[in-house]
Amino acid sequence: MLKLEPRPEASKTMSLLSPLLALAITVILGTVLFMLLGKDPVRGLQMFFVEPLKSAYSLSELAMKATPLLLIALGLAVCFRSNVWNIGAEGQFILGAIAAGGVAMLAGKETGRWIVVAILAAGVLGGMLWAGLVALLRDRFNASEILVSLMLVYVAEMVLSYLVYGPWKDPAGFNFPQSISFLDVTKIPKLMSGSRVNIGLFIALAAVLVFWLFLFRSYAGFQLQVGGLAPAAAKYAGFSSRKALWTALLISGGMAGLAGALEVAGPLGQLTPHVPAGYGFAAIIVAFVGRLHPVGIVFSAILMSMFYIGGELAQSRLGLPKSLTGVFQGLLLFSLLACDTLVQYRVRWKSSKVQVKHPSSPHTIESKA
Amino acid sequence: MEPFALLLAATLNAGTVLAFASLGLLINERSGIVNLGAEGMMLVAAVAGFAVAVHSGNDWLGFVAGAAAGALLAGVFGLLVIWLNTNQYATGLALSLFGAGFSAFVGISYTQQKLLERPRFAVPWLSDIPFIGTALFKQHPMVYIAMLLTAALAWFLYRSRAGLVLRAVGESPESAHALGYPVRRIRLAAVMVGGALCGVSGAYISVVYTPLWVEGMIAGKGWIALALTTFATWRPARVLLGAYLFGGVTMLQFHLQGEGVDIPSQFLTMLPYLATIVVLVLISRNATFIRVNMPASIGKPFSPGG
Repeated sequence: MLKLEPRPEASKTMSLLSPLLALAITVILGTVLFMLLGKDPVRGLQMFFVEPLKSAYSLSELAMKATPLLLIALGLAVCFRSNVWNIGAEGQFILGAIAAGGVAMLAGKETGRWIVVAILAAGVLGGMLWAGLVALLRDRFNASEILVSLMLVYVAEMVLSYLVYGPWKDPAGFNFPQSISFLDVTKIPKLMSGSRVNIGLFIALAAVLVFWLFLFRSYAGFQLQVGGLAPAAAKYAGFSSRKALWTALLISGGMAGLAGALEVAGPLGQLTPHVPAGYGFAAIIVAFVGRLHPVGIVFSAILMSMFYIGGELAQSRLGLPKSLTGVFQGLLLFSLLACDTLVQYRVRWKSSKVQVKHPSSPHTIESKA
Repeated sequence: MEPFALLLAATLNAGTVLAFASLGLLINERSGIVNLGAEGMMLVAAVAGFAVAVHSGNDWLGFVAGAAAGALLAGVFGLLVIWLNTNQYATGLALSLFGAGFSAFVGISYTQQKLLERPRFAVPWLSDIPFIGTALFKQHPMVYIAMLLTAALAWFLYRSRAGLVLRAVGESPESAHALGYPVRRIRLAAVMVGGALCGVSGAYISVVYTPLWVEGMIAGKGWIALALTTFATWRPARVLLGAYLFGGVTMLQFHLQGEGVDIPSQFLTMLPYLATIVVLVLISRNATFIRVNMPASIGKPFSPGG
């Protein structure tokens, strides 16, 4: 029978192969799903893996959706590496969008382009505030950051809903729940005309470098990761776990808030109840699939962006529900976690005869469990 | 008095939803496994239960379908975390994300469908008592089943041999293993029973509580149920009380909205989520208290002989 045997040390090759293996499994499961739905699987997979790469326009859409995923996932990678389970990035994204939107609405006729900087800064602070609440409750009262950060997602959605249905509702908006359209001066500068990609993409790519330096070349980043891997060793070395908690949460909250600001002052251009698009949750998958490594996250963010665009195309061209995206995202993370077993273990063929011959060997106990 | 009795009745009903899920999660946490996939299992079970109830016209078959869906998903989760030693938090999260996508995907043809008007339940004689009858004895049978289940679970955990074994597995899988108990299979069973109960809860929501299917309709109840197990320090009776308390908060919010209280509805909708945070803060403040009550091996992987 097949047995899992611990490897003497984690396999680096497997760690890189595992996401590809997981993607292959997801594609196979996707093929089965398309066939069950009576759709041509080749055409179905085309929507996800070929169409998003086909034209300059689709590539720009791909980059646009990958940007927030990349930004949020970078922050989450720091969190997860420090063993801090912030799963409420969606809420921090919303707060960032609200804060950024609030600043954008202050713009008047005389406002200069500098307001974009203020908008982005407000977004970062908004996200930090929401994640800071989680850190505070965890630090002071030991409340689970998993549950608190998630509950705050629902609270953030309600705050946004209150604002766009209430005080921030556009008086000339035919009673739709939306804020005024932000003035052009507040818009994040675009990279080129005709596409929706803006300088957010450059900010995200610069962040990749900054996060790489922080994680692998800075003492602070090192401390965080030791705390995540071996809390006892970190304590012995005198690294503060409280500081790690606050740093990790503030960084990831700030990044999610920044992503929210770039969305709301970029492609969206106003606040509506539809600001949360699930990027905060998808970014959790992006972070894991990218091996919690800044460079890996670039690739996984692009992949996840393909899933988003593929889902939209499957809806418009094949008449399938858009939620197919969520199914694929979930399948990918599931497969990844299963494949990751191969990083720590290897599969060995063991004949069961050995166990019969040596009834006193530990194998017998093992086979019972 | 009558409106108050109705509020009380609605509270018990809302609490029942949380009680099933939270009792299930309690069983699987007692074995040492945390399943953050509760929300996802409940969503899929809600679709499964609703679909079966629509086609068969039988609520009970809907509950069975929900339980089966929950147990199946929990089984996949269990195989991953128990045999492949994947991270429990990440795997549970994967289940929640998958469940949200999958339920929206398969549920799309059911969004417009309606269940027929359900018969009203009333316990003979007792429901005629003024006030008490309205408050307590005009409930769906599942409300009473949740109470019985709580008592049965308390008996199982503290009075039966199998319950002792389950607790031993959760406290110290190494010792349980050394005594010859199949730790992994016991954990899988606990996880699947937990999934089945989350499934019953999900199906109860879509078939009885708000008889319809909408994408994301569980709206965080799975996460609140997870918080409840901590709040109840892993004890069945406290889980039930906690569930009723949260049911009360949910109902109070609807009640205030109905009364036309001058608070924006969004702030009222926030109440259950804020209450969860407040309760978590209050209960977790005393770290030693939590540590003493928490199953010791919770969240930690176990491999026999490894």
